[in-house]
Amino acid sequence: MIGQENAADGERLVLENAQLTLDNGSVLDTLTLAYRTYGALNADKSNAILICHALTGDHHPSGANPLTGRAGWWDNMVGPSKPIDTDRYFVICQNVIGGCAGSTGPSSPRADGTPYGLDFPVITIGDMVRAQNVLLDRLEIPDLFCVIGGSMGGMQVLQWAAAHGERVFSAIPIATAARHSSQNIAFHEVGRQAILADPDWQGGNYAAENTAPRKGLAVARMAAHITYLSEAALQRKFGRNLQDRDRLSYGFEADFQIESYLRHQGISFVDRFDANSYLYITRAMDYFDLAADYGGTLARAFANTKARFCVVSFTSDWLFPTSESISLVRALNAAGANVSFVEIESDKGHDAFLLDEPEMEQTIIGFLNAAAIARGLPLADGSEARHD
Amino acid sequence: MIDPRASANGNLNEKRIDLMLIASLVEQGTRVLDIGCGNGVLMELLVAERGVDARGLELSQQGVNACVSRGLAVVQGNADTDLSYYPDQGFDTVILSQTLQATQRPKEVLQEMSRIGSKLIVSIPNFGHWRIRLALALRGRMPETQALSATWYETANIHLCSMLDLIDLCDALSLRVETCLTVTNGKVHQSSGRPSARQNLMAELVVFELTR
Repeated sequence: MIGQENAADGERLVLENAQLTLDNGSVLDTLTLAYRTYGALNADKSNAILICHALTGDHHPSGANPLTGRAGWWDNMVGPSKPIDTDRYFVICQNVIGGCAGSTGPSSPRADGTPYGLDFPVITIGDMVRAQNVLLDRLEIPDLFCVIGGSMGGMQVLQWAAAHGERVFSAIPIATAARHSSQNIAFHEVGRQAILADPDWQGGNYAAENTAPRKGLAVARMAAHITYLSEAALQRKFGRNLQDRDRLSYGFEADFQIESYLRHQGISFVDRFDANSYLYITRAMDYFDLAADYGGTLARAFANTKARFCVVSFTSDWLFPTSESISLVRALNAAGANVSFVEIESDKGHDAFLLDEPEMEQTIIGFLNAAAIARGLPLADGSEARHD
Repeated sequence: MIDPRASANGNLNEKRIDLMLIASLVEQGTRVLDIGCGNGVLMELLVAERGVDARGLELSQQGVNACVSRGLAVVQGNADTDLSYYPDQGFDTVILSQTLQATQRPKEVLQEMSRIGSKLIVSIPNFGHWRIRLALALRGRMPETQALSATWYETANIHLCSMLDLIDLCDALSLRVETCLTVTNGKVHQSSGRPSARQNLMAELVVFELTR
């Protein structure tokens, strides 16, 4: 049985007999995919852009999330006359499987109505992209004009190009890597252990106990949030400024602004994110190693690729540093791919890709325009593209 | 279609002539790698006039960002270290426009270029030009010309050579000169094979078309 539903916060594709085989060998029968679209698909179905969200993102890159009222996480990038122009392109964004914004994940009900909890299969970036392919099939879109995303979204972009290259005309992996580094796995492990150490986690069955590991998840978020920033940005924003006081308290309250800021980040996160989803999605990122899937040689992942790539990194991003992007670019060059690579000067750390970065916007506008010309799509002013 | 060689007149500055001459040596619709592509002027010219599939490598991030925002396929990288990541014979033509003299290891760069492409186009400011010889001989000073405008302590041009010096290196690498285009006072002279000592004295700028 197939169902297409309008949820309060976008569309739902419900598949009762999806038979989605996962990397770990198990099969998801019932599959719900939460997604949202913007703009209109053209007659040739050649103007679709898939936006892949990051670890804690959702399917609302643009406009407000109708449920929470929160602004879209990429509102500066996606919308009418914005770099990803919804007047020109048909934009799709899907909540990843394993997530908690509507797509099937550990908090989803099983056949007996109880949530999966830790019985949910461990999923991978490859599985997330498989589920996106299912959505594309159901929307009857043969291929994507562009697939774009930052961080974990960038991993999905690379997975798309490697495993489903025939459906990718252009790819923009931003602030990402072809494998999760040891240091990044380490940070994720700290976050997971914080959740597991919270007694309210209840072995993953917290929903049945009507509780949630709020403290553990908040600590996980606090630790992770530090990795999304940079020392320079923290110093610039907070320095050693005190929070609502003139002198040190000689205690363990939030004396410093940075402490207060991090506590706020942690507490507000638990209201919008599921702890088990955090375990599963961080695991999916940890498992990502594209070269390993292709005999240890990254260039082989992109052999014969026809897609054009635009790789973007940021100078102060120490979570996914420029060196990771350079390795990726070298592999793409070795595969003979059409690749552009831009490193953007910014002191905002990994999170720069979500923020107002005019140089990133110019880069993406220019790259998409050139790709649109190559694909024969009309230009921004509606004129016909030249066919060189 | 313009004839770039016909357009190479005194109204255009030297750099522009250099690019026009290079473009005249590039075949229609081929795969081209431009090493040291700067802000992408040559790549844009090649795409517009020759319909090539152009890729660029540029050291300065500023130059790269300018190229990519104009829709050109350019990556940040260093000619001395990053050419090894390109596949054998991945391109029809590999261009090095007034960049050889700024590389750490010009010999290895030329070697890599001949591995990557079947045709090489290399342009250099000719250090054998009489005005440069005169500057050193009469003034006893390092020459500063329009093409070589930086002081000796600030210049990026660490491996300057005359066109005959470059020919010696090409011999050592078994690279054959197919075409030699020289620029003197804004006028272009074309020859094939080895340039003469007189050419080395008169040419301000030279563009070589080389094959293995």
